Amino acid sequence: MCGIAGFLSLEDNAPRIGLSSLKAMIQCVRNRGPDESGVYIDDHAGLAHCRLSIVGLANGGQPIHDEDKTLWIVFNGEIYNYIELREDLLARGHRFYTSTDTEVIVHLFQEKGSRCVEDFNGQFAFAIWNPKKRELFLARDRLGVRPLHYVVHKGLFLFASEIKSILTVPGVPRELDVPALDQTFTFWTTLPGRTMFKNICEIKPGQTLTVCGRELKSRKYWDIPLYPRDAQRDLSLAQMTSEVRDLLIDSIRIRLRADVTVGAYLSGGLDSSGIASLVVRHFNNRVQTFGVTFEEDRFDESKYQRLMVEYLLVNHSEIAATNRAIRENFEQVVWHAEKPLLRTAPVPLFLLSKRVQDSSIKVVLTGEGADEFFGGYDIFREALARRFWAENPGSRFRFRMIEKLYPDIFKGERARTGMRSFFRQGLADVGHPFFSHLPRWNTTSRIKSFFSGNVQDALKGYSALDDCASHLPADFGRLDILARAQYLEIMIFLSNYLLSSQGDRMAMGHSVEIRFPYLDHRLLEYLGRVPSQWKILGMGEKHLLKRVLSGMLPPEIIRRSKQAYRAPVQTSLLGGSDNGFVEACLSEQKLNEAGLFDPAKVRLLLAKIRAGHAHGETDGMALSAIASSQLFHQLYIRDFNPALPECTFTVMEDFRTAP
Amino acid sequence: MHDQIRQFILVNFLFGDGSRLFDSTPFLESGIVDSTGLLEIIEFLETTFNITIEDQELRSVNLNSIDNIVRFVREKQKQ
Repeated sequence: MCGIAGFLSLEDNAPRIGLSSLKAMIQCVRNRGPDESGVYIDDHAGLAHCRLSIVGLANGGQPIHDEDKTLWIVFNGEIYNYIELREDLLARGHRFYTSTDTEVIVHLFQEKGSRCVEDFNGQFAFAIWNPKKRELFLARDRLGVRPLHYVVHKGLFLFASEIKSILTVPGVPRELDVPALDQTFTFWTTLPGRTMFKNICEIKPGQTLTVCGRELKSRKYWDIPLYPRDAQRDLSLAQMTSEVRDLLIDSIRIRLRADVTVGAYLSGGLDSSGIASLVVRHFNNRVQTFGVTFEEDRFDESKYQRLMVEYLLVNHSEIAATNRAIRENFEQVVWHAEKPLLRTAPVPLFLLSKRVQDSSIKVVLTGEGADEFFGGYDIFREALARRFWAENPGSRFRFRMIEKLYPDIFKGERARTGMRSFFRQGLADVGHPFFSHLPRWNTTSRIKSFFSGNVQDALKGYSALDDCASHLPADFGRLDILARAQYLEIMIFLSNYLLSSQGDRMAMGHSVEIRFPYLDHRLLEYLGRVPSQWKILGMGEKHLLKRVLSGMLPPEIIRRSKQAYRAPVQTSLLGGSDNGFVEACLSEQKLNEAGLFDPAKVRLLLAKIRAGHAHGETDGMALSAIASSQLFHQLYIRDFNPALPECTFTVMEDFRTAP
Repeated sequence: MHDQIRQFILVNFLFGDGSRLFDSTPFLESGIVDSTGLLEIIEFLETTFNITIEDQELRSVNLNSIDNIVRFVREKQKQ
């Protein structure tokens, strides 16, 4: 795992980027690759790389080139099927000078051009520079596990794994993109391609970008595989169970490929327990696992973690995500995420990757993605229950279905009344593309009332929901309710939050690479053809996955109702006697300085939370969103002072093309 | 009483911004109050006006706007 960055002059009078500027771009993300660094520079372009050595330890330094140095590559990620691809390429006469997956990319690109990505099974972001054609090719993996950003500024094309690299280039404006703030305060993250900075874009998941002359051409090579009913296959449950199990085991097999030890996260939930169990059974019965514990019972899953540890007899380490630790690390987490955060849940994963790093482990498997593709989230079951409710308004069972979803929330008649009114929202329009997500998005949007007058004025005429609709594929309306909900959840929340703010950024913050066995595209394409009823059977979530894993896990783990991974907000950020946090970002002065929020409203919110009157999710969400937006503004807009740690660089210069 | 109730809604749910809040504005439909917010209102009414609200009284006709709450609390206090 690594960090990449670079530039390409699109015009002759574009500002020059020298060696030291190019180096600075990668120095500021040295945490992504502390083992080695290298740059390539010629008259038109430059590539920079920092390396976390995982495959080809001795000879994998980058940039890497092809046989006659007509193609240069910087690459972040893994191509898990590189061994098979390499054999094919060797048979066709290609010669290799390293044992890396990086070199495989170059040679497949030589043969297939931009279509090479279709052959890769992996998580990747890379850039290939062809000095002769003066063409730069960039690509990102199917779901956007690995980040890749770019900007065009004064005739200069700049790209990098993290935005901070781009911002180190002198003269690049650092302006907050107000519609992106509105998106974050609606969907919990930005929409595909958008960043928190005006004009700075992210290559969308499943897309490539070719830069040649002054032209930028993007191409979509993959879309989330969810299909209408008539394109699904009706197989027996037994056959699907066995085929999905085989695909999952093969996904794990190739994700264990590394020249270093691979560990696993173990939360105590079904998904990560399933991965750990399959690893122990099939590949490594001494795998090292890692888990988080919390102070408050309602967040803590350590009981189930310990149950799994005893069951699998793995070597397990846990860290306590104390409220204090969450508060103290929040600012650093925002620095790594480069986005405001509506929840504090990324922080414990940042603390966890530190523990992994301290254990000298560089790679871990995680259970992310199972909820999205196997149908595990409450929002999916809610959508099904609400549809039933809308279509059967007289049914005596309508409340009971919802109540079964939330046994904890429905304790007592009072809560019941409140929840009923919540779920009654938007029932009229079952056909609406956002039917599943509107209650959540409307609730979240309430926190926009904290925006300052200036921000609200800037947003006049902008609709985040309309913007979102423009990202949907043409045949979205043909999907059933569950598949639509899955598509929205994957396109927005999985790619742009779970795999990013809570995934890559938190792991790479401590130089750890995470791998996702549930996100193997072969498995996802298979699951897209599985009828929805086998994903959520009645009201039972992840039915197919539970069958796949049954017999490999203790019955308590299979049976336990899903507990969403969450971390405390109010009690962590405003808890204890430490008021330094509020001073640091939420004081009237700081709020006025940033100009994003109405200080009087924020003061009332803080008072409400301190008085213990904030019972709702919304108030916690508002606190986290406002505090992190303030920190984001201070770290990236008002100031920008990235650390540039010393690195030793391998430098490849080629100025032969100079006129 | 009316002012106390309005003030509570204003401070706790609108954080001081009364531009959208009229006495007849329905809380849930207008997005002013969310589901857990109803519980906050009930807690406030019971402690402030010294009344006990029965489960069967948790209906929007009693609680879903300032007008409704004022009428409801007056009736409760007469009992």
